[in-house]
Amino acid sequence: MAALNSADALQVSGLRKRYDDRDVVAGISFTVPTGTCFGLLGPNGAGKTTTLRCCLGLTRPDGGKINLGAYDIPADAEAARQRVGVVPQLDNLDPDFTASENLLVYGRYFGIADATIRARIPGLLDFAGLGGREKARIQTLSGGMKRRLTLARALINDPDVIFLDEPTTGLDPQARHLIWERLKQLTARGKTLILTTHFMDEAERLCNRLAVLDNGHLVTEGAPRELIAAHIEPQVVEVFGDDAPRWARSRNGLAERLEVAGDTAFFYCRDPAPLLAALADAPALRYMHRAASLEDVFIKLTGRELRD
Amino acid sequence: MNSQQLFTLPRPGLRWLPIWRRNFLVWRKLAIPSVLGNLADPLIYMLGLGYGLGSLLPRVGGVSYVSFLAAGTVVASTMNAATFEALYSAFSRMHVQKTWDAILNTPLSLDDVLAGELVWAACKSLLSGLAILLVIAALGLSTSPLALWTIPVIFLTGLAFAALGLIVCALAPSYEFFMYYFTLFITPMLLVSGVFFPADQLPAVVHTIASWLPLAHAVQLARPLLLGEVPANALGHVAALLVIAAVAFSIATVLTRRRLLK
Repeated sequence: MAALNSADALQVSGLRKRYDDRDVVAGISFTVPTGTCFGLLGPNGAGKTTTLRCCLGLTRPDGGKINLGAYDIPADAEAARQRVGVVPQLDNLDPDFTASENLLVYGRYFGIADATIRARIPGLLDFAGLGGREKARIQTLSGGMKRRLTLARALINDPDVIFLDEPTTGLDPQARHLIWERLKQLTARGKTLILTTHFMDEAERLCNRLAVLDNGHLVTEGAPRELIAAHIEPQVVEVFGDDAPRWARSRNGLAERLEVAGDTAFFYCRDPAPLLAALADAPALRYMHRAASLEDVFIKLTGRELRD
Repeated sequence: MNSQQLFTLPRPGLRWLPIWRRNFLVWRKLAIPSVLGNLADPLIYMLGLGYGLGSLLPRVGGVSYVSFLAAGTVVASTMNAATFEALYSAFSRMHVQKTWDAILNTPLSLDDVLAGELVWAACKSLLSGLAILLVIAALGLSTSPLALWTIPVIFLTGLAFAALGLIVCALAPSYEFFMYYFTLFITPMLLVSGVFFPADQLPAVVHTIASWLPLAHAVQLARPLLLGEVPANALGHVAALLVIAAVAFSIATVLTRRRLLK
């Protein structure tokens, strides 16, 4: 069995997928070097999940080329999936089984011998923070525990590449931090991670590189710090309150860029000192001064309107 | 997916075995209630109608009514077990629990999943049919060694109805949809295929149409075997059930690919 460990774990070029005359993925290209974490960011409906399904050979693209390691997708997708782990967006653990039965049954789908799987189970449950819960029924596990068990399940075949579709959506902060910790350990061991998320802090923490998708197009790609430096002013001052929009518009010149959304004014600037001085003279307004984040880049590139 | 991939024939092999084993492991946890449930209902009908109604009837088809009803009960029970498994249970795994989605992320394909579900449903219906067969033997309603040939007939009947059920599963938007299949196909078939009374009692047109139905072929095989006779046109009935199973499974495969591999 060939490993997926060529120089690039995943190469996507010109990927295109249409549903009902709409380009859900409209010709995107990106490369994921082996042993790195790559993030696919985008609002709902941007084409993230479709892109992942194409990379796994579950959806047949209408155009473009995908290579997962040395494998051509979708032609050799079954062989490639032998070396891949997947953490899906929705929980699909087997509710009729205990934690360890879930891992055993899943390992069999890879053709792994029962004895080998059983030997791996305790280590995987420990890794997932589920040590001693071999016999726990799925219904008795919390959302965070289920997600961790799904991560353990994705590792049953010791994969080279792991796809994670919104791995921390719906989890509390403790559970998110634990998952992040484990994902960092996996990249430290040389695994390649490809994750979708719409949590910018998650992407900023975990990803070596990321791509922002919107309406099926790749809007930008790069390391998180590079994207912030390239797309946005380094300082942000958010001003809140009923009077904030009017006040902000009258002081537009104090920042390089001003955006108003509802009762909040966002000043994007290089030097916040004049603005902060002006705010000191307006005690009725509340404000927050912070460094620019990936979320600001994301909002700038994909807009503020809701996506459903 | 283009039409070429949509209509590719399933590959032969044993790749479906881990899926069969998954279902078996679930079943093992619930085996006793499952077997009793599968057994109780048909037995109540067979014994209640067979001895109760049978005491009012002359001999039916040359034998006591309960002996006549025995073969019908075996195949009807097989049909029900295979149908329930391929409709409700498979639909739960496909649509509600997303078990199939989880499997598709492994090296297995959707064709493997469907083959596993087909053989599993047929095996489960075999168990149902066998349980009735044992009761029939214990009651002395069938004594001929030829009755052992009913076992492959049960399995074949299970395959045919599992394959038909998987078509309905592939089309179903929700559990409610299955009621149409029962009221429009399964129940009428139960009444015209010679399960409860000889099918030649029906008007000639109905009888002719009914003789093409899968359950009618199963009855035509199982009844003589249980009464110790070699079925007339046995090869024809076996071939009919095989063709129904193969064609229905191919249709189910295409429909499920269209549903899940968009």
